[in-house]
Amino acid sequence: MTSTTTTPESATAAVALSGVTKVYGRGTNAVLALDGVSLDVRPGEFVCLVGASGCGKSTLLNLVAGLDRAQGGTITVADDAHPGLMFQEPALFPWLTVEANVEVPLKLRGLPRAARRERVAELLRTVHLSDFGRKRPHELSGGMRQRVALARTLALDTPVLLMDEPFGALDAMTRDILHDELERIWTERQLTVLFVTHNVREAARLADRIILLSSRPGRIIWSTEVNVSRPRRIDSPEVSAIASEVTDRLRTEVGRHGK
Amino acid sequence: MANDTLTDAARADAEISGLDALEIAGREKEVSRGARLWASTWPKLAAFAIAIGLWQVVVWSGWKPPYSLPGPVTVAEELARQVGGRQLWDGLATTLQRAALGYIFSVAVGLLVGLAVARSKVLRAAIGSMITALQTMPSIAWFPLAILLFELSEKAIFFVVVLGAAPSIANGVISGVDYVPPLLVRAGRNLGARGLNLYRYVIAPAALPAIVAGLKQGWAFSWRSLMAGELLVVGISQTSLGAQLTYSRELSDAPWLLATMIVILVVGLVVDAAFGAADRTIRRRWGVLDQAGQ
Repeated sequence: MTSTTTTPESATAAVALSGVTKVYGRGTNAVLALDGVSLDVRPGEFVCLVGASGCGKSTLLNLVAGLDRAQGGTITVADDAHPGLMFQEPALFPWLTVEANVEVPLKLRGLPRAARRERVAELLRTVHLSDFGRKRPHELSGGMRQRVALARTLALDTPVLLMDEPFGALDAMTRDILHDELERIWTERQLTVLFVTHNVREAARLADRIILLSSRPGRIIWSTEVNVSRPRRIDSPEVSAIASEVTDRLRTEVGRHGK
Repeated sequence: MANDTLTDAARADAEISGLDALEIAGREKEVSRGARLWASTWPKLAAFAIAIGLWQVVVWSGWKPPYSLPGPVTVAEELARQVGGRQLWDGLATTLQRAALGYIFSVAVGLLVGLAVARSKVLRAAIGSMITALQTMPSIAWFPLAILLFELSEKAIFFVVVLGAAPSIANGVISGVDYVPPLLVRAGRNLGARGLNLYRYVIAPAALPAIVAGLKQGWAFSWRSLMAGELLVVGISQTSLGAQLTYSRELSDAPWLLATMIVILVVGLVVDAAFGAADRTIRRRWGVLDQAGQ
């Protein structure tokens, strides 16, 4: 496989991808999902990856999370941190209460009981779910479940958060509120976020930098800094302007796959 | 300015709790315990009454003479007499002890084999389909071999009970592990669960509903095998329920025979109800049970 080794621009990147290549399948059925993707995410930066179907967005996050292995290139996470990953579905453990779900990563790290209880209470406060600790996931709404998943991921105490269309299945009102929440938590905890979405407005609302991926194979084709002051509103003219620019680029890219 | 952000935070808080309240409103349907119990009990009582009624009608029709098919009243009197005596309880104790011993051993074997097959590709290829084949083998077909191997002994019964129950339990474990949602496994791995911890925190609990289904089926098979065994392997000093069935037939004591059958049926129902309760608890916790409809 091609493994172009370009040295990362800065040694201080929170996440550094260099010439990352991923192929699924073998022989004539092989699909090139990612083709030489290089990207440096600064510490504390909020990066949104935008692309149409088949651009390998989710693949990229799986690789950074260490759930999958690339065929070429290198992926470095600063201080060997273990990134937390959130999915489009909450992926909560249905047999556990909300509290116990958030507690799982703490248990796995071997924290003593008292410390765990304190941390769980603090995390549930952070996502405004203090009153729901004893509930089970199925008793909550979709937005609430996704907040539990966020609290559970934050319990990893990781500086790097990977989010795979985490709000894709929610209604617009809930999504708006969760954008505010995520922005607040990201600022408070000084997280580095790599956020995958196909929702261009969402990207413009949240990102410091938007990166556009092409489809089949996934390559970085364009990127832009979003210089809009925070806190932002999804319906503000500045956000809308960025969103329409990204949309135009995306449509051009999608058009390439037609006749 | 500071005041401003404070009210912002308060407003965000109010918005979120308002949205939460709206979204989960009406999800909690409270049905009183008594009403729920009655709703699940009356159909059973009605079915029971109809069955007894049909039985009585058949007896009245004179299809068979009363000495081979006695009516419900005669059998009830015999049952009451048996319940008052020692013989029934001794037999029940013997049978239940065998059942417990055989079942516990089957659970151990079934869980171990099931887990091993679920984990190992080689083992699955080697014995995966054999487990299902064993499961379809009628347990009574094992008895001639069991008697050759162990003669007319407790061991022969034990052997057949384990062969009857263990494959179902193993299959429950295998399908349970197979159907663990991959998303939960990925989530578990990302949260730091590796190796044994992945089994402890994710795979085992996720597979539990299927494992309990396997345990339930395993019980049904072991109970059937045990009854078959006790009918065949009689005369080993103890008067089990199965032996009492055989004796009552030899003595043409139809009321005793039917009373014993009712006892066997009741044991089966009680254990089944226990498994049913466990199953419902799990499904309620897992959120796959509609609270209103049982």
